[in-house]
Amino acid sequence: MKRREPLTNTQLLMTIAIGIFFAMYLAAMVSLKGGFLRFQQIFDLLNDNAYLIIIACALTIVMIGGGINISVGGVIGLTVMACALALNDLQNQSGALGTMEAIGLALGIGLAFGVGQGFLISYLEIQPFIVTLAGMFLSRGLTTILSVNPVKVAHEGFLVVTKTKILLPHLGYIAQNGNQIPGKLEVGAVIALVVVAVLYLMLRFIRLGRNIYAIGGNQQSALMLGINVKRTRFLSYVISGLLSGLAGFVFLMHKPAGNASVAMRSEMDAIAASIIGGTLLTGGVGNVIGTFFGTMILATIQKIIALSPLNESWWQDMASGAMLGFFILLQSVVLSSRENRRARRKDMLKPQKE
Amino acid sequence: MQDVVLTMRGICKQFPGTRALNQVDFTLRKGEVHALMGENGAGKSTLIKVLTGVYEKDGGTIRIEGVDGEAHIHSPQDAQRIGISTVYQEITLCPNLTVAENMFIGRTDSAVVQWKEMEKRTTELLRNLGIPARARQELSSCSLAVQQMVAIARAVDMQCKVLILDEPTSSLDDKEVEMLFMLMRDLKSRGVGIIFVTHFLEQVYEISDRITVLRNGELVGEYRIEELPQVELVAKMMGKNLDDLGTFEKTERGTDTQAETVYEVEQLSSSESRPFNFHIRRGEVNGFTGLLGSGRSESVRAIFGADRVTSGKARMNGKSVKITKPFEAMKAGIGYLPEDRKRDGIIADLSVRENIILALQVKKGFFHPMSRKEMEAFADEYIAALNIKTASKETPIGSLSGGNQQKVILARWLLTHPDYLILDEPTRGIDVGTKLEIQKLVLKLAEEEHMSITFISSEIEEMLRTCSRLIVMRDRKVVGELTGDELTQAHVMKTIAGGE
Repeated sequence: MKRREPLTNTQLLMTIAIGIFFAMYLAAMVSLKGGFLRFQQIFDLLNDNAYLIIIACALTIVMIGGGINISVGGVIGLTVMACALALNDLQNQSGALGTMEAIGLALGIGLAFGVGQGFLISYLEIQPFIVTLAGMFLSRGLTTILSVNPVKVAHEGFLVVTKTKILLPHLGYIAQNGNQIPGKLEVGAVIALVVVAVLYLMLRFIRLGRNIYAIGGNQQSALMLGINVKRTRFLSYVISGLLSGLAGFVFLMHKPAGNASVAMRSEMDAIAASIIGGTLLTGGVGNVIGTFFGTMILATIQKIIALSPLNESWWQDMASGAMLGFFILLQSVVLSSRENRRARRKDMLKPQKE
Repeated sequence: MQDVVLTMRGICKQFPGTRALNQVDFTLRKGEVHALMGENGAGKSTLIKVLTGVYEKDGGTIRIEGVDGEAHIHSPQDAQRIGISTVYQEITLCPNLTVAENMFIGRTDSAVVQWKEMEKRTTELLRNLGIPARARQELSSCSLAVQQMVAIARAVDMQCKVLILDEPTSSLDDKEVEMLFMLMRDLKSRGVGIIFVTHFLEQVYEISDRITVLRNGELVGEYRIEELPQVELVAKMMGKNLDDLGTFEKTERGTDTQAETVYEVEQLSSSESRPFNFHIRRGEVNGFTGLLGSGRSESVRAIFGADRVTSGKARMNGKSVKITKPFEAMKAGIGYLPEDRKRDGIIADLSVRENIILALQVKKGFFHPMSRKEMEAFADEYIAALNIKTASKETPIGSLSGGNQQKVILARWLLTHPDYLILDEPTRGIDVGTKLEIQKLVLKLAEEEHMSITFISSEIEEMLRTCSRLIVMRDRKVVGELTGDELTQAHVMKTIAGGE
């Protein structure tokens, strides 16, 4: 009885991203073999890109609401540096305490940026691009003020945490010497996956999430429908800021050292990942599952190029750029052909006029 | 006597420079469709906006059933809370959400979205009201008519007592209008009072029970539909009394029916207008007339290629031409003075000189620049010829008065020496003196320069004074063509109104 609805634009674009990821990965398995035949390859992609997954989600949320946040990379840099310095100050205390304080500091920095930027954007109605550009410069500047030189984390307790790996024996592989090597997943990667799941549920089942879609779909309508547009937008930036701080902490767990150029340009990768995952810059369309696969697509491209003879950073950039261009083209072709089909169908239904 | 659900008494609203509403009364009864009619500037939309809390009224009282004493409406949310819902011409729902979400979003306080419950209630409501949509469908995949109905369903579910439909039918086709009317009749029988704002006369007579007419911010009167024939409605909207329509003196102006045809077109249609045939002879002044929204501006926009032209065979001076873009029209020798001077006409920050030479420069192409001297000579010539009052030719046009801005734009087109010039509302919002000047200029251009001119104006006197042939439009169709003795106010009005 219940008929299946056609995919919404969000679902359609997400499906395309997932399809392309698997096609690409399969192609890599066939042509490059080696590491791509092991589960560990996927775990490595997750381990290396956990922070990117988190900030891409942070961007997706504000982009769905029709905004943008390019300060996410800067906030990572600042968080990493601040936490590294704090951990080194707390070296003599017990491990767990230092780590907890670092998490608190990371989330605090993210929250401060989220609240500040969200306030300026939502209540004072300043262009989000300008506000977060300022946020990006501010955070990069503060990072350099904290320390010009690289800071290596020497806090024993924290280092123990960073080395903690979740072992998945069934998803491992057998090394050349015959030893069974289990699959290894870092804590950061688990955090990233949890973030994706929580945000997905929030955007789907929580009122705030749906309101974010509404303001991105049509802000004026959302207002007329009785949604508190300003508060909704404010909260989307607060969440985005918090996640950026969390991403900084995850980054530090992966590479326990701070320097002025940490996560440089990562906001651009995050925007690309969101768009590839099916988030429209115009707002109202997208979701974090798509963004997760968008990030994985970018990461896989880079891995493929790293393993190929073209292992140069400009090849990676060009491949990512080409991919982004291809996706935007694909999205607009798919969406506009959909529009046309609908328009044609409507014409056919119209009675013939004499 | 039906129960009254809404009374507005003595509503006043002042804007800087104009009195938008002056002591307007409006009464809505339960279960009636009440058409609110008036021409441009009559105050319909101001009255609606006062009622929905978009504007604050300056004076008067609003009472609504269920609220003791005066109703205080300061925001659209206030209006909704006391049972006044509005469905606007442009859909105010979110296209990227499902039908069910659009029905319920912004209405609950619970943090968790109850998809199942929401979809169940939506399905019931849609079935109940006979709306052909599904709860889980994305709104953008519904037709505009259905989207509008979803908006209405939302209003109904919010227990609205007063439903305002603001130009709901302007982007719907006949079948969709019929669907909407069925829904409206159904709501009527449930006791909802509906305020219907539209410019389609026939639709008013098809569905309404009562009509309130406004003109220039004042109440003309409230009538039962059967008391007010269409002709009288038009006369009231335009501010004429049928009895003294005959007294207007007409200057005799014959048309030279022997002159050759300058422009003709068969079955011209655009994205905004229905197919029509049209021609104009050398030295002729003709006009499109009809109520606001009848399609008169859309027709001339189609001639000029300003909207997307969908069909039509045009001939210019006997040679067939393809006009799908304004540039092609200019090349063919057509000039067009747009209706909305501020939006389509002037470039406020450029000087009078630059605004004057703009069209000629475009026609010549940007690779053939004019010398400064040439431009200044042109500017001086036309400032003098049209008596444009400006401090100098380098003054930014934005600082000129409306009438003088209009003259500058007119100069812009005259400079290109068009064979055929279209003037859409050239005299709107300018003072009487300049109005007369422009009318005289139009006649002079036709007689002395043998220019063919199409003139559009909301004021019938003006049209009768200048045009020797009038094409009458109603509900986006050409419904008549009047020449010679037929050019009287009474006749024009009867043709505009149609019916008997």
